Amino acid sequence: MANEMLSYIDRTSPIHRLTGATKLVCFILWSTAAMLTYDTRILLFLFIASLVIFYVSKIRLRDILFVLIFILVFLLINNIAIYLFSPQEGVKIYGTGHVLVEFAGRYNMTLEQLFYQLNITLKYLTVIPAALLFIVTTHPSEFAASLNRIGVSYRIAYAVSLALRYIPDVQRDFRNIAKAQQARGLDMSKNEKFLKRVKNASAVLAPLILSSLEKIEIISNAMELRGFGKKKKRTWYNARPFQKRDYTAIILFVLLLIATLLITYHDGSRFYNPFS
Amino acid sequence: MNKNTLSVRTIVAIGIGAAVFVILGRFASIPTGIPNSNIEVTYAFLALMAVIFGPVAGGLIGLIGHALKDLIFYGSIWWSWVVVSMFVGFLFGLISKKLDIESGEFGRQKIITFNLVQVGAQALGWFLLAPVLDIVIYAEPTSKVFIQGLGVGISNMVTVGILGTLLLTLYAKTRTKTGSLDRE
Repeated sequence: MANEMLSYIDRTSPIHRLTGATKLVCFILWSTAAMLTYDTRILLFLFIASLVIFYVSKIRLRDILFVLIFILVFLLINNIAIYLFSPQEGVKIYGTGHVLVEFAGRYNMTLEQLFYQLNITLKYLTVIPAALLFIVTTHPSEFAASLNRIGVSYRIAYAVSLALRYIPDVQRDFRNIAKAQQARGLDMSKNEKFLKRVKNASAVLAPLILSSLEKIEIISNAMELRGFGKKKKRTWYNARPFQKRDYTAIILFVLLLIATLLITYHDGSRFYNPFS
Repeated sequence: MNKNTLSVRTIVAIGIGAAVFVILGRFASIPTGIPNSNIEVTYAFLALMAVIFGPVAGGLIGLIGHALKDLIFYGSIWWSWVVVSMFVGFLFGLISKKLDIESGEFGRQKIITFNLVQVGAQALGWFLLAPVLDIVIYAEPTSKVFIQGLGVGISNMVTVGILGTLLLTLYAKTRTKTGSLDRE
């Protein structure tokens, strides 16, 4: 169970020492770069860079293995789906068609299609390590403080912090209720038939939702009593001041994004075309 | 209290709502047997929260809940669908005032209104917004994303239509009706 969910891992590394706000900004810049580009050379560079950063962070592969396998399976299914629905997408994008293996008609495997799907896969592979790292190296309380620092209203930042705080609680409630209903013969796990499962789901949902609504009342009363939301600003126990390495990291990532955009769009297309 | 800022109750509702959204999205979705399409129980919950707490809460629960779910359990955020969750949450919330669920009344007329709006909102979200964003952001093949959107959209409409209506009826029953006291 413990590894099913990603959570903060406390280690001492250069990445951990950066403030949460820095990591958040860098993560956003990185995702933007990876989202916009389809240039294979940049994607490869970003992928290798992310592996290096991962190594520096002292997070070990087995810490995140469960989630990683899950993601890789998803990527595989997604790739198969793309091939089934649009086996000629690569030809459309790159304008040429080098047939490798002949199947029936449009399902002929082309070099372009393989290259296109390699790009899609690389795109996900560059974002995944960054996102994983961001979660496992940022303390949840600091995460809310960082959101506030980059300009998100503290009320919304606090809502995010509440969500992170209550996810384990809600998960426990969910398990308890599901088990209790199972004891009454209402199962919503995969042992039950589909229609029965959907029907039984509401038996688990209703108590969970009503107890959560009660939680909302209790928590908001407690916060109201402590004067939450009376002032324009709020301080955070976990906020840390910026240091030299934070500025360096942010500048580096901004440069990276600019370089990515320049190289990607200088010939007017998001795609790098090795075939022409 | 300034009217433009969120009330404490709404903030807490967003936080807890997002947490429940995460858990339901991860543990309570029921696979239909077709790959990548599940009965997403969590959207029925989103509809309930949006109707109780209004459009801002609905939108933010969709946004924060979906983004956190992706981040914590899948390690990467699928932005196009996160945006759709925010969008449908917001639209569900727009009928919050009209339905006035706190009055304890949720009769046939309100059920019809709710379902018309939820089908409309999800049609816009899943049939149009999700595939378009998938193409713009991820350059996925057109036919794949539209078929995917169609499948997810229809199954979510049915889920929200059945489970969402059920949850709203249940919730309305827990409220005290106006004029429910009789003089003896």
